[in-house]
Amino acid sequence: MSSSRILISGNEAVGEGAIKAGCRFYAGYPITPQNELTAYMAKRLPEVGGVFIQAESELAAINMVLGASAAGARAMTTSSSPGISLMQEAISYMAGMELPAVIVNIMRGGPGLGNIAGAQGDYFQATKGGGHGDYRLIVLAPSCVQEMADFTQKAFYLAFKYKNPVMVLADGYLGQMMEPAEIKEFNFEDDSPSWRLDGAEGREPRLFRSLYLPVEDLEGLNIRLQKKYTEMRREETWREYYTEDAEALLVAYGTCARVCREVVRLGREEGRKWGLFQPITLWPYPERRLKELGRKVSKVLVVEMSSGQMVEDVRRILGEEKVGFYGRMGGALPVKEEIWKKLI
Amino acid sequence: MEKIDMKPLYRIPQTLRYVPTHYCPGCGHGILHRVVAEVIDELGIRGKTIGIAPVGCAVIAYKYLDIDMMEAPHGRPPAVATGIKRVRPEKIVFTYQGDGDLLAIGMGELIHTALRGENITIIFINNSLYGMTGGQMAPTTLLGQITATTPYGRRIKEEGYPLDIMKTLSQFPGVAYLARGAITHPREVRKIKRYVKKAFQCQMEGKGFSLVEVLSPCPINLRKEPLEAMKWVEENLAKNFPPGEYKEL
Repeated sequence: MSSSRILISGNEAVGEGAIKAGCRFYAGYPITPQNELTAYMAKRLPEVGGVFIQAESELAAINMVLGASAAGARAMTTSSSPGISLMQEAISYMAGMELPAVIVNIMRGGPGLGNIAGAQGDYFQATKGGGHGDYRLIVLAPSCVQEMADFTQKAFYLAFKYKNPVMVLADGYLGQMMEPAEIKEFNFEDDSPSWRLDGAEGREPRLFRSLYLPVEDLEGLNIRLQKKYTEMRREETWREYYTEDAEALLVAYGTCARVCREVVRLGREEGRKWGLFQPITLWPYPERRLKELGRKVSKVLVVEMSSGQMVEDVRRILGEEKVGFYGRMGGALPVKEEIWKKLI
Repeated sequence: MEKIDMKPLYRIPQTLRYVPTHYCPGCGHGILHRVVAEVIDELGIRGKTIGIAPVGCAVIAYKYLDIDMMEAPHGRPPAVATGIKRVRPEKIVFTYQGDGDLLAIGMGELIHTALRGENITIIFINNSLYGMTGGQMAPTTLLGQITATTPYGRRIKEEGYPLDIMKTLSQFPGVAYLARGAITHPREVRKIKRYVKKAFQCQMEGKGFSLVEVLSPCPINLRKEPLEAMKWVEENLAKNFPPGEYKEL
């Protein structure tokens, strides 16, 4: 049988992956560099009987997703950094109400309006809260077009498994690049008929809320949520590249991981014992494995397209001394030669 | 013994829970909750209705209404209702919002939901101020009206003009039904009930967006006795925002 691989952009791969995971509701607002994704959903969702809405703002888009999710739909919104900032309030509400949804951030350079190049400046926002209150999102970081589709599908699965919003954190380079990818059907059962709002015919009314005025009630909700977040830590996922005998370890995700893989490959050609640790879940951060690897190497270098955000997690796990950092900001890509220089 | 056929004259609507109220004495919310509950009962749609509570005094409307409900971030109920309705078009979806929620922070969602002709119903309660937070100025605060944040009265030069949303919405082709009532007299409350029923029916018939505005007294923040507050609604609020039906497709 011939391969069903197609040449597709990262943005469109997110869309097709979502549809093949049962996404039937999408609301979004135009913003570069993710516009192909919104246009793709506008074309594809009606073909599968789904709902596409171009919202009047990112605020409206995420709240439409909130409503669709409460009604039991597999719902998604996508945006880029400034738009994701606008969505934080409703993401906090969804975490408090325990509603599943997939939010895709095709990051661009910031702060403010920044630019439309890919960047990784939203790591803190994605992994440390973003919105108000004590809550957590599972954050998945793809590094190629295939993973844009695969991780979006996994995000739907995890969102329904934990009844929690899940974020796919990619960047403008990954959104815009085209690569061959095979986007398969992704089937999973969800239990939404047991909790969704569809009218209280023949049953007790259902309610989604995050308002708990008595202190003991709200503390109770928080204790329950934290227990769930502890369970979510089981989802730690990562990828390793030449780590078995590595003496120096690169740590990078997304686009940076692609660059670092190339550096490791070139280094290995010269007999340099370099390896790459690539977290797939940025939250929960794959701490245990990183700790193990960190003990074995003499040097760790974190590479990011930011002033250094993930590096704070890596230093928390491995200590300050061993961990170096190389970052580019404003949408600039890390340069192989610079990484090389920092490693030798 | 002779059997007497007795018919109940008063009954709590099935959709209204028999629980103590958290609303202040003389507040209009209780009356409007009951009106909505009676209409849902009479239309026989209790099992297929989904309500969205606002942020404001009615944030716990779900405590009283015995139907599927959810809360929404401040001002966003029309967007949340859009999401629910598009996923479950066969259900009846309504929001219950105050003047701050709907006309200040939620203006964008209201206008665009109305422009899309979204087949939902908005029950809009207008008491001319922010009740829950202590009586601050709202978009519907009248000129000269004293509130916590207009201690010298609302001035045109400083705070601008109040908003009559009927005038704005009536020009949108996607809007199918618009009416405004006032909680000032049992006769007027019966009118409100008629409007609310029409609005829900409009949605059931798939005609498009419907909204009923209800002028309501807030004695605590108006610093008036309940009867005086109701009189103020009649003589001031209703003069600036005239009750009646504004649009019916």
